[in-house]
Amino acid sequence: MIYDVIIIGAGVSGAAIARELSRYEANVCVLEKCEDVCEGTSKANSGIVHAGYDAPAGSLMAKLNVRGNEMMDDFCRDLDIPFKRNGSMVVCIHKEELSGLQDLYDRGIQNGVKGLKILTREEALKMEPNLSDNVEGVLYAPTAGIICPFKLCIAMAENANVNGVEFRFNTKVEDIKKGEDDLWHIRTNNGECVSRYVVNAAGVYSGQIHNMVCKDDDKIEITPRRGDYCLLDKEAGNHVSHTIFPQPTSLGKGVLVTPTVHGNLLVGPTAEDIDDYEGVNTTADGINDLIAKANDHVKNLPMRKVITSFAGLRAHEPRHEFIIGEVKGAKNFIDCAAIESPGLTSSPAIGEMVAGILKDMMGLKAKSNWIGKRKDILNPSDLSIEDRNDLIKKNPAYGNIICRCESISEGEIIDSIHRPLGARSLDGVKRRTRAGMGRCQAGFCSPKTMEILHRELGLKYEEITKCGGRSNIVIQRTKNQKGGEC
Amino acid sequence: MLNYDIVIVGGGPAGLAAAVAARDAGIDKILILERDKELGGILNQCIHNGFGLHTFKEELTGPEYAYRFIEKVLEAKIEYRLNTMVMDISADRVVTAMSREDGMYQIQAGAVILAMGCRERPRGALNIPGFRPAGIFSAGTAQRLVNIEGYMPGREVVILGSGDIGLIMARRMTLEGAKVKVVAELMPYSGGLKRNIVQCLDDFGIPLKLSHTVVDIEGKDHLTAVTIAAVDEKSKPIPGTEERYTCDTLLLSCGLIPENELSRNAGVEMSPITSGPIVNESLETNIPGVFACGNVLHVHDLVDYVSEEAARAGENAAKYVKGQLSDAKSDIEITATDGARYTVPSTINIDRMDDKLTLRFRVGAVYKDSFVSVYFDDERVMHNKKRIMAPGEMEQVILLKNKLTEKPGLKKITVKIESE
Repeated sequence: MIYDVIIIGAGVSGAAIARELSRYEANVCVLEKCEDVCEGTSKANSGIVHAGYDAPAGSLMAKLNVRGNEMMDDFCRDLDIPFKRNGSMVVCIHKEELSGLQDLYDRGIQNGVKGLKILTREEALKMEPNLSDNVEGVLYAPTAGIICPFKLCIAMAENANVNGVEFRFNTKVEDIKKGEDDLWHIRTNNGECVSRYVVNAAGVYSGQIHNMVCKDDDKIEITPRRGDYCLLDKEAGNHVSHTIFPQPTSLGKGVLVTPTVHGNLLVGPTAEDIDDYEGVNTTADGINDLIAKANDHVKNLPMRKVITSFAGLRAHEPRHEFIIGEVKGAKNFIDCAAIESPGLTSSPAIGEMVAGILKDMMGLKAKSNWIGKRKDILNPSDLSIEDRNDLIKKNPAYGNIICRCESISEGEIIDSIHRPLGARSLDGVKRRTRAGMGRCQAGFCSPKTMEILHRELGLKYEEITKCGGRSNIVIQRTKNQKGGEC
Repeated sequence: MLNYDIVIVGGGPAGLAAAVAARDAGIDKILILERDKELGGILNQCIHNGFGLHTFKEELTGPEYAYRFIEKVLEAKIEYRLNTMVMDISADRVVTAMSREDGMYQIQAGAVILAMGCRERPRGALNIPGFRPAGIFSAGTAQRLVNIEGYMPGREVVILGSGDIGLIMARRMTLEGAKVKVVAELMPYSGGLKRNIVQCLDDFGIPLKLSHTVVDIEGKDHLTAVTIAAVDEKSKPIPGTEERYTCDTLLLSCGLIPENELSRNAGVEMSPITSGPIVNESLETNIPGVFACGNVLHVHDLVDYVSEEAARAGENAAKYVKGQLSDAKSDIEITATDGARYTVPSTINIDRMDDKLTLRFRVGAVYKDSFVSVYFDDERVMHNKKRIMAPGEMEQVILLKNKLTEKPGLKKITVKIESE
């Protein structure tokens, strides 16, 4: 089969492009090296919808950030995922740096950010009492928001899939060549794929993918820039109500403190350039560093309430600008590379832009039967007792709580497995339902979730993984269960 | 809305003993709500022996010990509902519960007994750096996989933390053919019982490295190795002491946390030391008619003490329901200082006190040839020498009501550890 478009990478960029392309008559396939969507940069970031004052005026990054932010309300409503405009604050703690806030403000105005305001120390402390006692002033951006990166990515991919986009998981691109037939031939660990157009949305690997097809003088190098995070218990979720940033530096927006859209408190990220493209290990120095930095801007952080720490990789390119467009000398090969922060915010706009480029190049026609809306997994906690009882009568699985920390029922987990692009691993279930994301970190629910995966997917226990590949949870039966050993 | 005299949240050893005692005290309408598929709680996965030495003067396995109480519950025809999750408890004792069969429903309880037990501290709360691959389990999760589900998590094991479940699992994994390479403990002493160190580690030649912790975790999909290092007095790793162990399994036994989300939402006041409710002599929380016992109140070392404590909670809840508990004013405050970390209970109302009251507490470090001292206001009334006291084992003193009534106006009882 010859595809019209192959998208490499099922992170937020790839998923957003897939969803936008699914509006049109075209055979589209997404190749993903991992077993699920949202496995790379998209899964470990701050979950912030940035207002758009950071990126240099006139940059593509600024334009897509502001556009993505504007699109987010309708986008999340259509995809039925949570999004909250909680507002962000850039906190200045040194009088001599107050001018930096004004610079950010001015840039924000140039970028088209609405509602920006510089607050005095008193105004800021009134709105956010746990700001550092040293606060001198604050840039307040009411349009900034918080979102669940997993839900956003999964919802876009799922909706694309419903509209006919194929996803091939565990499929890693090894080489790309233009054939004599003038088509792109993509060699993978799972055989060759052929396509008229290719989109490179490969995250930290987007440099490698780009360099497979570009001219020698047009190579790019993406550096994985690691960021460590700590996630705190929901008990700490109200410590601040806005997203609190320090003033930015050359390494980025700095260590933020924010409530998450699910009600936890998130602290991070650090910024460290590394060589390992899979180097998502946290370090003691990193965690100590982020705790120290977070305390500069927010006081009394309850770090004893940490329930997990993790690290993510940003796809950093020295120019710090999104690279979107046809690669020079590689006709019909579109880059969507170097998508670092604000990539999550920008993703709906990136999808719109890349799909727009392809539409024009390919002369795509809109589908008449495109389905732009989807329903997320039901959240029974939102229901009244009466409605919940009706639900349980119809489907008793909703009466069986599997994850006690997050109150996730068997019904939600079964839904997450059987819906389009459903979960096949513990992490897959976790990112779709939050089962295992709470304070016990899956200590109690993982054996029960394994039982459900075993039953619903016909997987042997030994085949059930944390996140695909070799991440199996158990290796074999115990002696007793094997039977008859003398 | 359903109505019960006493609703017990949790059908583990605490809930069972509380139910039996409340029935013996003449309460008819008792309901136990249990989230798992059978009564017995975590004891069901504790298939090793050593339970019940104090209560039954014999060594039972966990399920056997539980069954002694389950039998009594069955004989007494005490109602229980399985696979039932309590979703909420209100300050006026309305319990909201849910199950497949019964849907979501509410119960007005005359009294509530909190007996939800505890959970294990997960890897995330320990801030261990490194990757986050498969193969890392809290010891109790591994115990469930091995003993209930019948599956082995791996072949080469490192254990961090020397809590009792970790020690028990060191032996269990060894008996199942795995190689347990080392047990690392952050503190300079073990958090587990001495007898478990002897029977589960020493007897199998498994090294216990005190003042050590895990400083790195390797493996992108699945665990491949961990690095442990010695730590200084401030628990900071000492550079140059790193040792790398290849392994596919890391078990964590780094402390238990009473599971009090329901209690907190109900408005129950918590002790920052035990992470359990603050209770008076009747094991009653600040909310009248809401009692707590077992590991949800404070983490115990032996289940015998859980049963004993829970029975008192059951009796007191029965008194409350029958209107026999006088107002919960507190006459005497109990303070733990100088090495004693906390006491349960922490206040006494003399009118409500039984003839004897057991005060349970733990020490914060290892004490050799030291004294447990009790002061009534400023007067020392007890000074008992103990050869050894350790944080892994609970201590107790017994207060006699007649001694307290001899001291009218007594405001404060202090428990402390003294070197002489």
